[in-house]
Amino acid sequence: MTQQANRATQSTKDDPRFTEPRRMTGAQMVWEALYLEGVHTVFGHPGGAILPTYDALAQYEADGRIHHVLVRHEQCAAHMADGYARTTGEVGVCIATSGPGATNLVTGLATAQMDSVPIVAITGQVPTNLLGTDAFQESDVVGVTQPVVKHNYLVTDVHELPLIFKEAFHIAREGRPGVVLIDICKDVQNDIGLFRYDFDIELPGFEPWPAVEKSALIDAAELINKAERPLILAGHGIHLADVSKELLELVEKAEIPVVTTLLGTGDIPESHPLSLGMGGMHGEAYANRAVQGCDVLIAMGMRFDDRITGRLDQFAKQSKIIHFELDKAEVGKNVTPHVAVIGDLGETLPALLPLIEARRHALWVQEISEWRTDSSETDILHYETDQLIPPFVIRQLWHANASTQKETIVVTDVGQHQMWESQYYIHEQAGMLLTSGGLGTMGYALPAAIGAQMAHPDRLVWAVAGDGGFQMTLQELAVLKQERNLPVKIAIINNGFLGMVRQWQQLFYDKRYVGTPIVSPDYVKLAEAYGIPALVVRKPDEVTAAITQANNTPGPFLIDFRVKEEVNVYPIIPPGRAVDEMIRRPKSAAVMQGYSGVEPSW
Amino acid sequence: MQHTLIAWMRDKPGVLNRVAGLLRRRNFNIDSLQVGHSEKPGISRMTFVVNGDEHMTDQVIKQLRKVVDVTQVEDVTEDPSIIREMALIRVHTATETRSEIIQLVDIYKGDIVDVTLDSMVVQIVGSEQRIDALIELLDNFEIIEMVRTGPVAMVRGSRTHSRRKSIAGWRASRNGAISAEEANRFSTGGV
Repeated sequence: MTQQANRATQSTKDDPRFTEPRRMTGAQMVWEALYLEGVHTVFGHPGGAILPTYDALAQYEADGRIHHVLVRHEQCAAHMADGYARTTGEVGVCIATSGPGATNLVTGLATAQMDSVPIVAITGQVPTNLLGTDAFQESDVVGVTQPVVKHNYLVTDVHELPLIFKEAFHIAREGRPGVVLIDICKDVQNDIGLFRYDFDIELPGFEPWPAVEKSALIDAAELINKAERPLILAGHGIHLADVSKELLELVEKAEIPVVTTLLGTGDIPESHPLSLGMGGMHGEAYANRAVQGCDVLIAMGMRFDDRITGRLDQFAKQSKIIHFELDKAEVGKNVTPHVAVIGDLGETLPALLPLIEARRHALWVQEISEWRTDSSETDILHYETDQLIPPFVIRQLWHANASTQKETIVVTDVGQHQMWESQYYIHEQAGMLLTSGGLGTMGYALPAAIGAQMAHPDRLVWAVAGDGGFQMTLQELAVLKQERNLPVKIAIINNGFLGMVRQWQQLFYDKRYVGTPIVSPDYVKLAEAYGIPALVVRKPDEVTAAITQANNTPGPFLIDFRVKEEVNVYPIIPPGRAVDEMIRRPKSAAVMQGYSGVEPSW
Repeated sequence: MQHTLIAWMRDKPGVLNRVAGLLRRRNFNIDSLQVGHSEKPGISRMTFVVNGDEHMTDQVIKQLRKVVDVTQVEDVTEDPSIIREMALIRVHTATETRSEIIQLVDIYKGDIVDVTLDSMVVQIVGSEQRIDALIELLDNFEIIEMVRTGPVAMVRGSRTHSRRKSIAGWRASRNGAISAEEANRFSTGGV
């Protein structure tokens, strides 16, 4: 990644578009900077204070340099930029006006920042002479967004604009990615200045790529080589550093099982015998038992979120912990490791590999596979039922998508379906599941799927949402039409409840369902109003046909899965409990259905 | 335990807010915070006293270092350092107590900076304990008003910090937008 940055700086040194100072307005500078940063698509909504910038866009849109996607709510502009950035690894860009436009962005920006997604957000601001006067559509955007961004700027001088853009992209992209917001006063957009884009970035307080300490790597390797029951806990960092291959090499060389976080889904292929899937609150029982039972826990590119650790003082008590992490502040924040390897995984993991001895851990792997058998006996997929249950829908979605041979991106919303997706969809590749892991933002699925599809027109993109979350951002259906029938497929797991909250009410609040029953519109008619073909599915035997039809239909498609209402996500670790104190699915007396799921062989 | 931290930051609009906001958001317990200019134009220097365990202090330092405008953070608790506070104390006086107060202030090497018939203002610079002690004494004569700075700190011995130029001037001059004279004006302080 650093090499890429170097190459970029090199090419800018002899490219006249970067070095030749040109006179232009602040508004033009915005687009010129975006263009030189390699941005092709921006997501936004215009308004008064950003109008000069939108006016300058005309020329860039006319000659096809930059495409603007008009959103229906600014929150979704941030989610779209988020989906775009997660699937490309490039910086996503969203743009909004001052006041309400900017405050609407906040949820989306916080979502991206929590999940380390690079975004540059541009907002209009009232003219400098009106700053602080409570002018029409004025809000202190820099103040409001400060706690949820990596850095932000208020631009009051047009001469600073080019360097600020260069810095913003640099900060968003380098190191642990994050969100940078640029708030530009309206008069600055109109002012004329000189544009150059060949600056060297000098940010003394910004240390994106800390140096790797060789001694830490040696200590880590020593612990791993001595381990009898090692376990890797892999997170988003593996995907961000693009080291899935190296991870798999390490895993196979030393036979170390892998548990992933939600955002680490697919860090190693989930059909691999050493993949234990997701751990934590709704992780598989055997994954959590492995975490509690291991003697060396190797955490890579993850931050020990409370959803993965459960009760902290009971977490992996018997194990030595090794933490591979880029962000120094994450080391020792929740869990104090015995060995901390600070640095980019793209650097540390390849350097670790030769230090690791080839080993087998037959006993440990055997033990885990016994736990795994025990878990699969209570798997809901084996239950004899003719009702439509969500895990079945998700598994069938995986079957149908796998048979299309297309690269498939699944974008989930937040709630029960998100956990089922994680449990029952089999991800063979990192970065193919987009989901709001840290902030848990309902309404994320549809806009993020639109962003992902804009980045990859040829891929199959499925937005999987609950009936609660989908209703938070369903206005973006219009974007699918406006963007020339963008082929996003939508699956609504419709159970008539805010399911995850209902589950908590059932388990921890004596089944008082307060505020959780939710009425939905007729989604088929709704889709029809937007000119989107749709189906409703009520029975298990209709599922596959419907998904196949969606996959074969060009353009968008919506399926409303009317699933059984009160199905719970198991296992669940009650809040404040240790990860091995989980509530398991009650064993049912029902006849086992047999082979209804899939046990893919490696 | 109390930890004394020193942070250097670019003197940009809102930087104090960034730092204060971070401390509030992360629920860090700050006893005192002092900001002022450093020897470098465009760089402010902040002295904090943090009340917390090792874990919290470690987090305060690491999180502060993540703020882009913060250029450097050091924990000087373990270093031999000079830590000073200043206080202005307006104390009630009467004819019979005035000389006693002056004597006490003298012992504590404070100064009398203002006198009226029934009160005087005492200025004292020193360690936190010394100021506490004087205040406790003066309390017997009725303190009318008081203001205290938090501690500021500097490490003893010979230490140098690398010089950094003013960012604003550098930024504007790199952009070719301002003349050398204007750049010089920028570099004399933060913008």
